[in-house]
Amino acid sequence: MTIPLGGVCAPGSTLVNKTGGWRTFKPVFDYDKCIKCKLCELLCPDMSVDPRDDGFFEFNYDFCKGCGICANECPKDAIEMVLEEK
Amino acid sequence: MKEIRIHGRGGQGSVTAAELLAVAAFADGKFSQAFPAFGVERRGAPVQAFTRISEDPIRLRAQVYEPDYVIVQDPTLLEVVSIASGAKDDGLILINSDFDPEHFDLDTNAKIMTVNATKIALDIIGRPIVNTVLLGAFAGASGLIDPASIKEAVMERFPGKVGEKNAEAIQKAYDMMMEA
Amino acid sequence: MQRDFEKDKKNMVVVEGSYAVASAVKSCRPNVISAYPITPQTHIVEDLSQFMADGAIPNCEYINVESEFSALSALVGSSAAGARSYSATTSQGLELMHEVLFNVSGMRLPVVMTVVNRAVSAPINIWNDHQDSISQRDTGWIQLYAEDTQEISDMTAQAFKIAEDPEILLPVMTCMDGFILSHVYEPVVLLEDDIVAEYLPPFEPEFKLDPKNPKTFGAFADPNSYTEFRYLQQQAMDKALKKIEDAAAEFYDLFGRHYGGLIDTYETDDADIILMAMGSIVGTIKDAIDKLRAKGVKVGLLKVRSFRPFPVEAIRNVVKDAKVVVALDKNISIGLNEGALFTETKASLYNTKIDVPVIGFMIGHGGRDIPTGTIENIIDEAKKVIDSGITVESQFTDLKEELL
Repeated sequence: MTIPLGGVCAPGSTLVNKTGGWRTFKPVFDYDKCIKCKLCELLCPDMSVDPRDDGFFEFNYDFCKGCGICANECPKDAIEMVLEEK
Repeated sequence: MKEIRIHGRGGQGSVTAAELLAVAAFADGKFSQAFPAFGVERRGAPVQAFTRISEDPIRLRAQVYEPDYVIVQDPTLLEVVSIASGAKDDGLILINSDFDPEHFDLDTNAKIMTVNATKIALDIIGRPIVNTVLLGAFAGASGLIDPASIKEAVMERFPGKVGEKNAEAIQKAYDMMMEA
Repeated sequence: MQRDFEKDKKNMVVVEGSYAVASAVKSCRPNVISAYPITPQTHIVEDLSQFMADGAIPNCEYINVESEFSALSALVGSSAAGARSYSATTSQGLELMHEVLFNVSGMRLPVVMTVVNRAVSAPINIWNDHQDSISQRDTGWIQLYAEDTQEISDMTAQAFKIAEDPEILLPVMTCMDGFILSHVYEPVVLLEDDIVAEYLPPFEPEFKLDPKNPKTFGAFADPNSYTEFRYLQQQAMDKALKKIEDAAAEFYDLFGRHYGGLIDTYETDDADIILMAMGSIVGTIKDAIDKLRAKGVKVGLLKVRSFRPFPVEAIRNVVKDAKVVVALDKNISIGLNEGALFTETKASLYNTKIDVPVIGFMIGHGGRDIPTGTIENIIDEAKKVIDSGITVESQFTDLKEELL
């Protein structure tokens, strides 16, 4: 790779820097309990809750740091924080 | 002179660990130096911190390229960082992990040891903060430093209950490595 | 005047470089501190803020300002009013102060400011080099560079003493390498208040802003007198050459620590090759020298501690018998392809009878690490100059061709 004039480059390069490894506990959805209220998506400080076509959500573990805000705020206790083996 | 490289992720306390190690080593009667290699200062991004410990005053200001000891706070870093890079043949790599050392296939002749610092931290401190626990394990695994000096440094930095809990976790990790 | 580490050891504590500086400032009894945080200077003003909150700095105002321009402007007022005045900054912050730097020195206000050396944008970079302070070399400030945290701490007291000397009255920048010194934890003897009180007398300027006895500061000078203002500043700089030596010697008498005055030397007496450098790189160079001396290479170090005033005579005396001189610069004058220390060292030797080749290496830009091996490679290049003369006069070090 060579340096372009003045360092001009395409946006979004920080996506390469995956920060999810910071996590100790990982959030896991229980879709039987989820009512698609969207609170987890709204409250996630790392924008790591992605909407799916079926109206449910899924976690982006590349960037989720396991802070647990989603699980704490879920009105139906549909998110469990699970200790990761690593 | 002994050189230590600590790998962690931003927010895991790698820099603090390097500093506490320098404080403890000086309390042991050695000269010491600790400094960070700041990159993208962002929670979760890989960071490195270094400590040098020597009988003589330390003048060298370069980063550590051939560490005697490597401490890894987060095994997921192995996928993104070459943590064994430059490690001396008779060196030691201490990894925070649930797994046995054999689980890690690293390109190095250095000895690999593991300690489940996360479990110790969760059991005793109640939070998954492993930096001080790993220092206790490091004291046990390396014999380079008096665990009492580490506990003292930690309790001075974090007075009160937090410091006491950390000291307990440090002792536990130290004992585990001595038995290993 | 060697440092006795074993003697100091019992008084040492392991603290961050920034803390050592803040503690030294506290011991110097400032009356006004202005602060605008910027990486990697932040910890200094944070620690000072904590000292203020703890009541540890009596008779002092801590002013939070809205920019570095304001930080230094505030000190123009406070210093003129007779207050011992301090601030700290770096990089873009120092560049933003540019206009005010001239005002402080032109009004002959003895402000002391720690510059935590950092590269200048663009491209954005928060790491260490000397471009920020070197870019301010002509602003009439004394510039001193430190090699470790003990020196930058001790230099703070020396700086106030030099600045406030009635024969000098010039502002001083004490320069420390960003992160490398500002964020390192290492053993240091914190300045002791009682000895500093003995070393540094109270600031009692002849003139000060006082409503009961009004004076005008920063007056107008037309073409009839402007030249003479500049001449007088230069004269003060000339006098500072000796005062910087005296301040270091007197510090040694009281504290037992010495790092050189204008310059310091290491293994230069019989040296064929003399490296010149400023700041923390000096420690790494000393290690490289020990390694090469063991192999019989006659190499030494000339540490430049005072960049302004530039110690022309002192440099001539050290390098006159060398076979080659190598200047290392953490800065570049873009368009000349030379660092400032190199250019000025060459200029110091021209029009003299000293005939020694001088080469320059620009190094450590934007925090690029400087391992001992890089220094050894530079010394290898210097050896070639002794054998076959200069082929490249000034060059970048460790340039990554693959990025070009």
